This record gives sequence, C-alpha cells and structure tokens, in this order.
Amino acid sequence: MIQPYNLMELMVCVASRQLEDGKTAVIGTGMPLAAAMLAQKTRSPNLITMFEAGSIAPQLIKLPLSVADSYTMAGGLMHSSMNEIMEACQRGIVDYTFLGGAQIDMYGNLNSTLVGTDYYKPKVRLPGSGGANDLASLCWKTLIITPHDKRRFVSKLDFLTTPGYLTGPGAREAAGLPARTGPYKVISTLALMGYHPESKRMRVESLHPGVTVDDVRANTSFEMLFADNLATTPEPTDDELRILRQEVDPQGLIIGKRTG
Amino acid sequence: MPVGEMNTSVGTLFMSPDVESARQFFEQKSRAPTNKLLSVSEAVTRLIHDGDYLGSGGFGTVRIATSILHEIVRQRKQHLGIAGHTTTHDFEILAAGRCFDRCDAAYIVGLEVRGLSPQARRYMESGAVQVTEWSNATLGWRYKAAAMGLPFLPVRSLLGTDTFKYSAAKEILCPFTGEKLAAVPALFPDVGIIHVHRADVYGNAQIDGISVADWDLARASKRLIITTEHLVQTDEIRQNPELTQIPYWLVDAVCHVPCGSYPGNMPYEYYSDEAHLAEWLEAEKDDTSLAEFLQKYIYGTRDFAEYLSLKGGETHLAELRALEPLHRSKEQR
Repeated sequence: MIQPYNLMELMVCVASRQLEDGKTAVIGTGMPLAAAMLAQKTRSPNLITMFEAGSIAPQLIKLPLSVADSYTMAGGLMHSSMNEIMEACQRGIVDYTFLGGAQIDMYGNLNSTLVGTDYYKPKVRLPGSGGANDLASLCWKTLIITPHDKRRFVSKLDFLTTPGYLTGPGAREAAGLPARTGPYKVISTLALMGYHPESKRMRVESLHPGVTVDDVRANTSFEMLFADNLATTPEPTDDELRILRQEVDPQGLIIGKRTG
Repeated sequence: MPVGEMNTSVGTLFMSPDVESARQFFEQKSRAPTNKLLSVSEAVTRLIHDGDYLGSGGFGTVRIATSILHEIVRQRKQHLGIAGHTTTHDFEILAAGRCFDRCDAAYIVGLEVRGLSPQARRYMESGAVQVTEWSNATLGWRYKAAAMGLPFLPVRSLLGTDTFKYSAAKEILCPFTGEKLAAVPALFPDVGIIHVHRADVYGNAQIDGISVADWDLARASKRLIITTEHLVQTDEIRQNPELTQIPYWLVDAVCHVPCGSYPGNMPYEYYSDEAHLAEWLEAEKDDTSLAEFLQKYIYGTRDFAEYLSLKGGETHLAELRALEPLHRSKEQR
C-alpha cells in the first residue's frame, strides 16, 4: 500500500529516477539537489555531484542554502573553483545539469532574467543567467524541475536567458553550441516531459497520478505534444518516501513540513 | 558543420580589455614587502574611489568581505561599477546604499533559495543602473583572461541567446576548426575585495575550501583589498604554501576582520546567520524601514565590530560556529 505523499515529494522522487548511476552532474540548490541526494541514496550511489562554485562529490548530509556553502563541501573529494567546474562542462565530461524553475518554452529555452517586454525597463528584474546559460550550453543533458502553470510554460519568453533547442532542430549547432547537447527532461507538478527526437519540441512522457491531458493543456501556453504510449508516472515507493523524509529533507525545507 | 550567421551584441563594455595598458599598470605596481595592515575605514578611503569598478570575491553569502561592503555604503561611495558575479548579499548591501550605476550582471538581485531582494529589484528597475548581461562562467572567464594577460577568451556558452545579445561579447570563428565561439573580453576591475581565512601583514593569503573565482579575481584586479579572519606570521604561511592563493605583491591592503563574512557563511569557521539575512529582506519592504535598518546597522555604527556586537557579539557568533559543518582535523589546525 502506497503511503500518502504530496506533489513536492512526487516531483523529487520522479526527478531522482532520471539521474543514472555513475554519471556526473552539476546541481542547482533546492529541488534539484534534493533529487540528486535521493538518487545517491537509492538507485544511483555513484552519481558524482558537482556545484558551480567549485565543490566536487561531497557527502551530502543536509540541504545547502547556497551552491557555495559549507554543506556543498562537507566530505567532498575536492574543493576547486567555478572555472574548474565550468571548464569540465565545456570539455564534455559532465553528463547532466539539473536546474530549478524559470519561464520555459516548447523548445526548453529558459528565462530567468526579467519579466516585461522592454529590456531597458523591466517590470521585474530577476537574477539573470547565474550559471544556467553556461551549464545548459555545455553539459550533455539538461533537466528542469518547475511548477506547471501558464505563466511558466509560455509560448514566448520575455527574455531567452538560457538555451534549450532555441528555434528547433539544428539551431543549437548553428548557434555554435556543442553538438548533441540540450534539454532532456522536465519534471513539473503535472507530468514528466521529454523532447520529440525530430521536432525537439516538449512532449509529455507520463502524467502524474490523477492528472489528465486536458489538465496539462489548460496549464500550458504553447501546444504541448503527448507521447503515443502515454504512461502514468509511477508513484513514490515507500523506500523513496522514507529516505526522502528521514535522510534527505528531515526539516521539510523542500518537501514541506509534515503535520501528521 | 554549417555555421549560422554571425550575431552581434548590444551591451556596453564598461572596462577596457586592453592588455598593454594593464601591463603598464602592473609594471608600476609595488613589489615591496611592506606592512599593508590598514583599518577597513582607511582601506576604503585610500583604495576605493567614486566611479571605480569593483569585483566582490566569494559567493554572495559565502566568504564575502562584508566589512568592506558596509564601509563603502558608510562612506557613501557613488557611481561605482560592479561585477555581478554570483552576487547576492554583497549586491544587496551595495544596492541598499545605491553605490553603483553600472553592472555586469551574471547573478544579481536574488539570494538563491531565500528569494529576491526587494531593494535590489527596485534599484535595478528604477533605470538608475546601466546593465550588461553575462553568465557566471563567462564573467569568471573574463577575470581569467585578465589574469592570463590576454584581451579575451573564446568560450562555448552565451551563444544563441538574449544573454549574448545584451552582453558585450562578440562571435568569432575559430582559426583552426572554423567553429563559432563567443569571445569574452578581459575584465580588469579597479578594485577587488576578497575575504580569506588567513593572511600575513604583507598580503600573502590562504583560502580553505572552494575558491569560486577568487584566484583569477585577485590577479585581474588592479588594486586588491584582503580582509582576513586570522592575521598570521609569514612563517605560518610558509608551513602550508600550497594553501596560498594570493601572493603578497598582488595586495594593496590587509584588514584583520574576524567574522568578516558575517552574516555570510565562512567555511570551516561559522555558518550563515539566516535570521539576519531574513531581517535584511524584511527591512527592504519599503524605503522607510530600509532607511531605519541602514541607520541602525551601517550608517549609525562606527565599524564592523560595532555591527557584530549589535548582532549579539561573541555569544551569537558562537552559535553560528556551532552550526558550521566543516571542521579541520587536529593535524590541520
């Protein structure tokens, strides 16, 4: 019997299953990190985590608040620099980057720079690229985890901060970005998505339990594709939930505080 | 592989990447092993001038030179340029003081999982600041180009995005392979500020843990202010020279500032004061509460030590030390 779980717990569990054992990954804070920690404690014990500020392969004992703080370093194999991490990505030895929420379009392009139509007079100024542009340009596969609503899944970004497949097939290569890199998965509050191999457009692979195709359409501003053999996302297992609640995020910073 | 059309960027290049003038500057820079110990107030008065371009070391809330940032605000420095490289609390402090009007933006305004700074947002949305977009890697590589004494580095990010369009990077073709690359120009800040674990009075400085971009920032900066947790004898530096990241001739001032990264985290020493970082964000909700907050903690305090004592002094700092997860073994101490 499956225990009750909340959406954040489902998302982190689904995300953790996308990270294959023995691969290298540069991880953002928040949900991506919780997913990486859970992956390490379940099916991918040899997932090598790195942080853009320079930490390599820490023993993650608690969720860091910054991608540079002491918890990214504790028990690590190496304390290096941002250039060391970014140059590893550029060299082709980093498999995944896993980033948090932003505005996203059907090609997996991201906006984290501003809200508004005039760059010089933004309605809301946001942080900008941070390391996202570099990581999504240079790592082999980019994963995104984000809430699913029309404000986030947009037909046109206010600003293209970070490259997905840009304008479609071949566009990354024409722009000069490394070949065969690009968006891989999106884990949202409604579904797990990948990208159509030819059109490079976002495509739902599985709907979370209780979610319908219409729910996804109603919460997406662009035309979403759906796989022919549309699956239901497997629910979190008891093991995943126990490890997530007891070992990864006992304080409920990401998955929320437990009341019962 | 077919290369698409060449694109141009529209962002302003705030600092010249001219390596010949940089060489002339570094040729004149003193190599004398003099005692460079200064108070924070003196260091900022002597070495940071209105209109200077500033590079802030560490990573926003980790190993930052908070005392220098406060003093820049306290002395009401104006029209600074800043490298928004992984800047969070450092950016928040300088935005609160409205000290800059030019910004190379890679990561600004936000404090990672803690949310956005209301004052930094207002300041950036007011039109008072001229902005050029970059990314964390490309701004770090701009320091690296400067540290290498080269006018630019070719890199493979930025390409194809609005981040490139609003940067001052240029697209070039590789003379060997024909691939399209982004050329990012060397960045030589007028002043770099870096908080370290230990330094001697001459400026030999050691950092424990990750160095972020500070190796290159130290070398790229024309003038460099070091604040240090521990002031040590040169003999102690010589015992572990592999830990030295900054040799003394790069350094113009050494300030002894225990707990100098507060309220940020200092790896191996103390964890961040999340309650105070939250107090900052809360105080920024409107101009009146921000003005009172700045009066209490910065304008109304004489120096950083007085700020620390307002925040509970040694008792509170002991709590933050207890929260720090990294500890050195006995042999390392």
